[in-house]
Amino acid sequence: MKTIPTLGDILQAQGVSRRGFMKYCAATASLLALPPAMVPRIANALEQARRPSVIWLSFQECTGCTESLTRSSSPTLEGLIFDSISLDYHHTLQAASGDAAEAARHAAMEENMGQYLVLVDGSIPMGNPGFSTIAGISNYDMLMETVEGAAAVVAIGSCAAFGGIPGANPNPTGAVSVQDLVKDKPVVNVPGCPPIPMVITAVLAQFLTFGQLPELDIHGRPMAFFGQTIHDRCYRRPFYEQGKFAETFDDEGARKGWCLFKLGCKGPITYNACATVKWNAGTSFPIESGHPCLGCSEPGFWDKGGFYAPLSTGKFDSGEKLAGAAVAGVALGAAAAVAGRRRQAKYTKEA
Amino acid sequence: MDLLDFARGPALQVAAYILVAGVLWRLVGIIMLKEKPEFSEPRKPGGFMAALKVIYTRSFTAAPFKRATLYPKMLAYVLHIGFFVVIFLFVPHIVFFEGFLGFDWPGLPNNLIYLSGVAAVVAGIALLVRRLTHPVLKLISNFDDYFSWFVTLLPIVTGLMMPVRMGVRYETLLAIHILSVAVLMIWLPFGKLGHTFLVFVTRGTTGMVFERRGAKT
Repeated sequence: MKTIPTLGDILQAQGVSRRGFMKYCAATASLLALPPAMVPRIANALEQARRPSVIWLSFQECTGCTESLTRSSSPTLEGLIFDSISLDYHHTLQAASGDAAEAARHAAMEENMGQYLVLVDGSIPMGNPGFSTIAGISNYDMLMETVEGAAAVVAIGSCAAFGGIPGANPNPTGAVSVQDLVKDKPVVNVPGCPPIPMVITAVLAQFLTFGQLPELDIHGRPMAFFGQTIHDRCYRRPFYEQGKFAETFDDEGARKGWCLFKLGCKGPITYNACATVKWNAGTSFPIESGHPCLGCSEPGFWDKGGFYAPLSTGKFDSGEKLAGAAVAGVALGAAAAVAGRRRQAKYTKEA
Repeated sequence: MDLLDFARGPALQVAAYILVAGVLWRLVGIIMLKEKPEFSEPRKPGGFMAALKVIYTRSFTAAPFKRATLYPKMLAYVLHIGFFVVIFLFVPHIVFFEGFLGFDWPGLPNNLIYLSGVAAVVAGIALLVRRLTHPVLKLISNFDDYFSWFVTLLPIVTGLMMPVRMGVRYETLLAIHILSVAVLMIWLPFGKLGHTFLVFVTRGTTGMVFERRGAKT
């Protein structure tokens, strides 16, 4: 009789030590803001978990989200966990193509009805079904068909979560996000351009452990990762408080690692875990590399004004309207003065 | 468009139009009025220097009133200086001004800004308490006084809330802060806050008239 390996079996076969596995569980519990007492429960659940079926749909996207997961510098623990899910459909990564690929998707849906997870990267064009198709199926039709029997949907990256670059003004394809279309299934947004791999695996870990999705913020993002701003956790924050700012990318302030607020950093209004979880196996994050945060995990970040325009810069249009207001003010003042002079003349005459 | 985009964009823009139009309306309307006729021979010329003198001397209380007005005068100074420091020496604000002026100036560390803001708010509250308890002040106060007080302190309070947060999201607080500034900008030309741009005009005019009449300034 064929036995289905558990995640514990798979990790053991791949040479992951018990100690390493427990460290991952402790880190996951910590990231999800769960008490230490939950670590054994996470470990137990993950060890016993059957490989969950995951269907990954890629729509209007740049494959950066997939790259983020697959191009990790070394096979990290979270990478192994991710490898250990049953990724039944991912048209970038899978060997099958055409009808065979679509057959794999349908098979996964039928075998795991009501239990599989749908991961989506990319936005969905609503302007014309022909703008983006896979195997002749429009993105909208494929999404709605696939999520019908899903346990939950995870929107990976800012395009799937909020429309992203395709949805930026003037949004030529009529791009919308997953949550704009999927109303009858739980949707978790894991935005970012791209998102942090650890965040994706932690969401999956929580789902495997507790059978439920994490607590979400107002934008449908896991609170554990998107509960605080980059600014709140930024190691350059003390320089902000001291009033020390880099004025250009190569001045003394930049060399000394001062705050990048004046260079357009969107850290104060960006909720993400970059400053704590970091990138490339915890090496750094954009601000640490000397570049201001673009706010890529926020809705509509492409249309929030210039990336290098400081956050406190007003969004004014041309000065013509202001000049018009000034002319109107002078005209009103002159009219008021003329009326006043008439009253003055009358008063003087009476006096 | 979310609340912050609305606050940073259309709200601030419309407020700027109203502010500019309103200030010029008031200023031109007053400056273009006919001067009152002189019915006596001028004692002195009453020129520009007379205006400057009173602009300066009226910044301080005349000796006979010093004791009586020391408390409100001190509070008013704290409120005005604190407000000035918060507006013009907080670096994100300087960046805002630089956006349309094209130049910047040095700012202060945030702790000094917070201190100035808190001092201004405390002084503002103390002045309001005095207004509400002083029998004469209470009698002559109207909606303009209270609303002007409210719209003046609101941006400082919302600004001070931003580092504290109190469970509210940063971008929501920032939007509220900017909207409170927009309300201040809209109200400024029309109520008693008009003294912001009229104070030196009126003092100067008083100085010139007084000197022509031979009064001690």
